[in-house]
Amino acid sequence: MNKKQKKTLCRVIVAGVLCAILMIISHTQVIELPKYVELVLYMVPFLIIGYDILLKALEGIRNLQAFDENFLMAVATVGAIALGEYEEGVAVMLFYQIGELFQSIAVGKSRRNISALMDIRPDYANLVTDDGVERVDPDDVMVGSVIEILVGEKVPIDGVVISGDTYVNTSALTGESVPVRAIVGSEVISGSINDGAVIRVQTTKEFGESTASKILELVESSGLRKSKSEKFISKFAKYYTPIVCIAALLLAVCVPLVNVATGRDACVATWVYRAFTFLVISCPCALVISIPLTFFAGIGGASAKGILVKGANYIETLSKTNVAVFDKTGTLTKGVFEVDVIHPGELSAENLLEYTAYVESYSNHPIARSIIRAYGKEVDKARIVDVREVSGKGVIGMVDGRRVACGNERLMNDEDCLVGECVLGGESAGTIVHVSVDGRYAGHIHIQDIIKPTSKEALDKLKAKGVRTVMLTGDKESVAAVVAGKLGVNQYYSELLPGDKVSMVEKLLGENTGGKLIFAGDGINDAPVLTRADCGVAMGVLGQDAAIEAADVVLMDDDPLKLVTAIAIAKKSMRIVYENIIFAIGIKLLCLVLGALGLAGMWLAIFADVGVMVIAVLNAIRALRIKE
Amino acid sequence: MKKTYKIDVDCANCANKMETATKKVAGVKDATVNFMALKMSVEFEDGADVSAVMKDVLAACKKVESDCEIFL
Repeated sequence: MNKKQKKTLCRVIVAGVLCAILMIISHTQVIELPKYVELVLYMVPFLIIGYDILLKALEGIRNLQAFDENFLMAVATVGAIALGEYEEGVAVMLFYQIGELFQSIAVGKSRRNISALMDIRPDYANLVTDDGVERVDPDDVMVGSVIEILVGEKVPIDGVVISGDTYVNTSALTGESVPVRAIVGSEVISGSINDGAVIRVQTTKEFGESTASKILELVESSGLRKSKSEKFISKFAKYYTPIVCIAALLLAVCVPLVNVATGRDACVATWVYRAFTFLVISCPCALVISIPLTFFAGIGGASAKGILVKGANYIETLSKTNVAVFDKTGTLTKGVFEVDVIHPGELSAENLLEYTAYVESYSNHPIARSIIRAYGKEVDKARIVDVREVSGKGVIGMVDGRRVACGNERLMNDEDCLVGECVLGGESAGTIVHVSVDGRYAGHIHIQDIIKPTSKEALDKLKAKGVRTVMLTGDKESVAAVVAGKLGVNQYYSELLPGDKVSMVEKLLGENTGGKLIFAGDGINDAPVLTRADCGVAMGVLGQDAAIEAADVVLMDDDPLKLVTAIAIAKKSMRIVYENIIFAIGIKLLCLVLGALGLAGMWLAIFADVGVMVIAVLNAIRALRIKE
Repeated sequence: MKKTYKIDVDCANCANKMETATKKVAGVKDATVNFMALKMSVEFEDGADVSAVMKDVLAACKKVESDCEIFL
C-alpha cells in the first residue's frame, strides 16, 4: 500500500469504528440522545471519511463538471443526512471509500504483477573502459561499446559476444526455459539472463532500440489500442450517469407533483430518498475499471508466456478466430533442411553418413550443410582427397582411399550403379542424396524441411475449436500435398509467389463471414500478408524488428502451439469481459428498479455500486492466470 | 506527431474524463489515456507547439479531475 492508501485506510477504520459505536448507541437506546446531538455526533465520522469527496464536489461545481461521481456521492449522502437518515448517509460514504481503496489496491497489485511477469528491463550495464569496468545507465552505452555480463545478470543491450563461452536463458522473453549456447560471435539479446560464465559483448544497438526495450514499449502501449468493448463502456458511462441522474430528479420532483395533482399524499421524503439511492447507483465505476483491467491482465498474462499482443482490440479479434492461415516454411516446418532418415545399403548407417559428410564437407549447399550437421563430428580433412563437384549431379571424392560419390540419380547412372528405391516413396517431401562407394550403391540419405513437432497438435487443437486451417506455400505441389496430408490441414495452396499469398489471403478474407481470419508466418518476406489479415501473427521473431513492427501478435519463439494458447487467452479474457458487462449492468438496472419501487434502500444501492465493482475487479484479475 | 506521457490518476473513470478533455484541446488531433499502464498518448496537429499544447492539456485535465498529474 502506498501512503495515500494507508491514509485512506486509517480514515476508513476511524470513521467505521465511530459510526459503529453511534449505531449501537442509537439502536440499543442506552442513552437517549436528542436528534440534533445525534446529528452532530454523526457528522464527525462523516467528515472524517468524506471531506475530500465534499471538497472535490465543490470544486467540480466551480469547474462546471456536473455528474462527476464526487458530486453525486456528496449530494446523495448529504441528502440522506438532511432527511434524517444519518446512519445511511455515513455508511454510503464509508463504503464508497472502501470501494475506492479496494480498487486502487487491486489495480496497483495487478500493475505490479504484470510488471513482475515482464521483468526484463535491465537496470544497468557494466561498461568496459580503459580504466576497468564501470557500472552505468544502459541508456548511456554507445553502439559498439564493450560491456561485461556477469553470471546471473541480464543482458542489458543487444550485441555480439567477443569473449567467453556461456549459456543464456531467454525464458523471460519467450516463456520457455531452454538455455542457449553463446560463444564468440553469437548474438545475445537483451532481456535474456547469462547462466553460465562471464562474457563480454560488443553492443550492436542502442538501449532504446534493443529487444528488451522494444518489447516493454510494445506491451506498455498495448492498452492504447482500445477494444470495441472498452469503447462501448466509455460511451455507456457517458450516457448512463446523466440518464440515472435525470431519472433521480424525476423521481424526486415529478412523482410528488403527480401525487399532489391526483389528490394523494405527496410523500416528498420517500421519493427524495429513493432518488438519492439512484444517485448512489449511478456511478459507472465497476464497468469502467473492470473492462480495461481484464484486457490488461490478459495481455500481461500472455506476455509472460512469450506472446505479445499489441492491443486490446487484437484480443477481441483473436477470440473470434474462425480461419487460421499458416505459411508453411518456417511456421509449420522448421524452415531448415535436416536429415530425416538414412536408408543404408551395404554400409552401416553411421558409415554412410560419415562418408557422405566427408565428401560434402567442401560444399556450402544447404543440403550439404544439413548432412554435415547431422554427422556432428569434426571432419578430418587429411582423410579426403580429390573432391570435385559434378554440376547438377553431385560430388565425387576419395575418402580413406575409397571412391565416394553422392548426388542424384543421374550421378548414380554415371557411376554405373543401380539406384535403390526410397521406401518412403510417395510419402517423401524432400530431397534424396544417393551414395555409391567404389561404384557400388551404398544407400541414400533423405533430407527434408522437418515439420515442427508441435505443428500437428496445434492444428488439431485449432480444428477442435472449429477453426478452419489453411496452409500457404511457395513449394511444389507434390511437397505441399505430403506436408498438408501429414498435418491434416483443411485446405492448402501451393506454388504461390509472395504476392500470391497476399491475394490468396484477400480472397479468403472475402469468403469469410462470421469470424476473423488470422495469418501466422515467420515474419520473413510476409510482412504484407501479416498486415492484410484481420490479425497477423509473427512467430519466432526474437530480435527481428521488421516482423515485430508488421505483426499484431508476436510469438517470441517459434512454437505453433503458442498460437493456440494465445487464442485460449483471448477467449477467456473476452468471456470475463462479457461476464462483467452483463453482471454489472444487470445488477445496476435491477437495483434501480428495486430502488424506484422502494424495495431497495441505500444499503442495496451501496452493494450495487461497491460490491459489484469489487466482484468485477476480482473477476477481471482472473485473466492474468493462464492454464497451460 | 505523437508523444507519450506518464500520468498519475486514481480512478478509471477519471482517466476517461482526462481523455475526453484532452481531445477537445486545440492542437490535439487525438488522444488516448491508458489507465492501467498510466500512460497518455497524444497526437498533435501538424505545426502545433507541443509544449504550449501540453500546458493547455494539463489545465484541461486538472479541471475535470483535480487529482490528476501529467509528467511533462
